[in-house]
Amino acid sequence: MHIDPLEKKWGQIVLVICAFFVGIILFEALFHSVNAPSNVETIDSTKLHLSKEFAEDKLGVSRDDKGNIVVRMVAGRYSFFPKEIEVPAETKLTFRWVSMDVLHGVHIPMTNMSTMVVPGFVAEVETSFPTPGDYPVLCNEYCGLGHDQMWSRIKVVEKEKWLAQHSASKGGNKND
Amino acid sequence: MIDNTVRKLALGNMSVAFIAFILACFMGEYQVLERSGLFESLDSPTVYFASVSTHGVLMAYVLTTFFIMGFGYFTASTALNKPIWNPGLAWAGFWTSLIGTVLAAIPLLTGKASVLYTFYPPIQAHHLFYLGATLLVVGSWVWCAIMIVMFLQWKQENPGKTVPLAMFATTFNAMLWLWTSAGVALESVFLILPWSFGLTDTIDVGLARTLFAWTLHPIVYFWLIPAYTAFYVFVPKQAGSYLFSDEAARVAFIVLVVFSLPIGFHHLYMDPEQAKGWKLLHMVGTFIVSTPTLLTGFTVIAALEIAGRLKGGKGLFGWIGTLPWTNPMVLATILSLLMLIFGGFGGIINASYAMNAMIHNTAWVPGHFHLIFAGTTVIMYFAIAYYIWPILTKKPLFSKKLTLLQLWTWFIGMSILTTPWHVLGLLGQPRRISTVVYNNLLTLSWQPYELAMIFGGLVLLSSACLFLYILFKTQFNASTEVYEHAVEYAEALHPSESVPEYLNDIKLWNKVIAVLMAISFGYPILQFFLMNTYDSSAWGY
Ligand code: HEM
Ligand SMILES: [Cu+2]
Ligand SMILES: [Cu+2]
Repeated sequence: MHIDPLEKKWGQIVLVICAFFVGIILFEALFHSVNAPSNVETIDSTKLHLSKEFAEDKLGVSRDDKGNIVVRMVAGRYSFFPKEIEVPAETKLTFRWVSMDVLHGVHIPMTNMSTMVVPGFVAEVETSFPTPGDYPVLCNEYCGLGHDQMWSRIKVVEKEKWLAQHSASKGGNKND
Repeated sequence: MIDNTVRKLALGNMSVAFIAFILACFMGEYQVLERSGLFESLDSPTVYFASVSTHGVLMAYVLTTFFIMGFGYFTASTALNKPIWNPGLAWAGFWTSLIGTVLAAIPLLTGKASVLYTFYPPIQAHHLFYLGATLLVVGSWVWCAIMIVMFLQWKQENPGKTVPLAMFATTFNAMLWLWTSAGVALESVFLILPWSFGLTDTIDVGLARTLFAWTLHPIVYFWLIPAYTAFYVFVPKQAGSYLFSDEAARVAFIVLVVFSLPIGFHHLYMDPEQAKGWKLLHMVGTFIVSTPTLLTGFTVIAALEIAGRLKGGKGLFGWIGTLPWTNPMVLATILSLLMLIFGGFGGIINASYAMNAMIHNTAWVPGHFHLIFAGTTVIMYFAIAYYIWPILTKKPLFSKKLTLLQLWTWFIGMSILTTPWHVLGLLGQPRRISTVVYNNLLTLSWQPYELAMIFGGLVLLSSACLFLYILFKTQFNASTEVYEHAVEYAEALHPSESVPEYLNDIKLWNKVIAVLMAISFGYPILQFFLMNTYDSSAWGY
C-alpha cells in the first residue's frame, strides 16, 4: 500500500477546505436560521377553494394584530394568484405558497424568494426585500406548454408608505 | 484480449450512443434558436418541449448508458484479458435497452411525452414513454451483472492479485448504477407505471420526487466515471508518464461511489416535503463527494506535470508547454479539466444549501450541467472513442488534425454556450422556457446572451458532426493499412503488488452503502406512509 506524501498532504488540504464550507453552512443554518423552505406541511390541493387559509378571499398580503405580514399565494396554470401584490421593503415577510394543480417553482429574480410549489404541500418561505421596485414573479419549473407564460407581479414599496396605506386590520387582500 | 464478440458489443453499444448524440445535438441548436425569440416562424411551445424532452432523454439516458455499456465491455475484456461472460446475455441486454429507447422515442417525437427527462408527476405522459425508459434501465442491469460476474470470476482465478484499476473502476460503476437506478425503478414500478396504465387514479407527488432525487445525483457520477477512468488508466501513458498512485485512485473511486448515493436531497433543497435536518445531512455528504474530484484533479495534473518535466519542461509552469498537446487524449484531458474547474466552482454554489436559492431552477442550472456534463464528461467520451475505435476496427484514426480541431471546437463552443447561460441564470431567467415573454425590463437584458448561445450552439453542432465524420471515416476507411496496436494501460509510479482487500473488492462497500442509504433515505421515504398526504390526479400539459 503506497500513498505518496504529497498526495496525502493534498488530501488533508482538501478535507480542510470541505470542512470549512460545511462549517459555514451549518453555522448559518443552525445559528442564523438560514434555511431552505422545509416545513413539511400537507394540504389537499384539490380543495383549496374550501380551505380556511387559501380560499379566494383569503389570498394576498395580510397583517395580523402583532404586525406579522403573511403573503398567501396560489400557483396554478398559468399564473400566481393574486396576480399583483404590494409588500413593504425591509420587512420580514412570510410567504405561503400552494399549488392548485401540478408542480411549479417560484422565483423572484435577484432575491432569495425561491421555492418549489409541490401539490399536496404548503411551501413556506421567510424573507425580506431590501430594495423597493417592481419585480416579476416567475415560474421556474416546467408545468405545461404555457410554462413560459406563467408569471405575476410584486411591487415592493417603502416601508413607511406601505404602513401608511395599510391599517393594522386583517385581510388587506388585493392591495388597494 | 479483443475478440470479435467484444468488438461487436463495444462498437454496437457505442454506435447507438453516438447516433443518439448527434440527433440530440441538432435538437439542441434548434432549441437555442427557438428560445431566443428572434425567429417568429419557429415559435411553438409544443415543438419546443417535445424537442427538449427528447434532447434530454437522448443525452442523459441513451448516449450515456450505451456508451458506458460499450466501454465497459471493452474494459472488462482488455483489462482482465478474458472473453465476455455470456455474450448472449449481453446482447439480450443491448436489445432490451434499444427496444426501450425506441418505445420511448415514439411518444417523445410525437409530442405525447413532453414531460422532460425528469418526468415529474402529476403531469402525465403516454405510458409507452415510461415503459420504454424502464426497459432501457432494465437492459443496462444486464450489463451491470456481467461486469460484476467477470470481476468476481477474475478474482477467483487470480487469488491474492490486485484487480486492474480499469476493471475496478468499471465494476464500481456497475454497482453504483444498480444502487442509483433502484430509486427511479421504485418510482416507476410502484407509482408511475400503475398510474400511467390507469390502474391507480392518483399519485403521491412528494414520494415520487423523493425517489427520483435518490437517482438524480449518483446518476451524474455514473456518467462521469468513464471520464475519470480514462484520466487514471489512459492519460498518464498517453502523456508519456505514470499514474501517480494506484491506491489513491481506488480510494477516489470508492469515495465517489459510496458518497454519491446518500446525498440526492441537494436536488430538493427548495422542496417543502422534506425537513431541513435531512437536507443538511445530504448537504454534508455533497461536500464529502467533492473530495475525490479534488483528489483526481491533483493526481491527473501530477501525472501531466511528470510528463512535461520528463520532456524537458522547466520552472513552475514550463512543463505545461512541453506536454504532448497534439495527443487527442491529452488535449481532451486538459480541456476537460479546465471545464471541470469552472464547473466545479459553479457546483459549490449549487451545493450551498442557502446560496442555491438564488440560482435554483434558473438558466444557471442547464448552463452548469452543459459545462460539466456535455463539456467535461462528453469530451472524454470523445477521447475514449478516438482511442479505442482504431483498436476495435483495426483501422488507423482517420485524421489527427481534424481530431484535434474537433476537441478544440467542442471546448470553445461549450465556453461560448455556457458562459452566457450562467449569466442569464443570475439575471433571473428560469430554465425550461420556450420564449422570453415576461413583460418586464429585466427580460430585455437577456437578449444579447441568447444571441451568444446561438453562436456557441452552432460551433458545438459543427464539432459534433465532425466527431461522427471522423469515426465514420476511420471505420469505413478503404485503405488496407492495418492498425495493430493493443490498448495500453498506464503503469503506476509505484506498482502495487498487493493491496488491502477493501481496495480490491465490492462486498464491504455494498454494505456501507446499504447502511448510509438506510440512514439518509429511510425515514424521508417512510414519512409519506406515516403522514396524512394528499395524492394528485393526472394532468396533461
Ligand atoms: C449542440 C450542443 C447543445 C446545445 C445547443 C444544447 C442546448 C440545450 C438547450 C437550449 C436546452 C434546454 C434547456 C432549458 O430549456 O432550460 C438543453 C437541454 C438539455 N441538454 Fe443540451 N445542448 C447541447 C448539447 C448537449 C449535450 C452534449 C448534452 C449532454 C451530454 C446535453 C444535455 C442536456 C440535457 C440533459 C437537457 C435537459 C435539461 C432539462 O430538461 O431541463 N445537451 N440543451
Ligand atoms: Cu411553470
Ligand atoms: Cu446532484
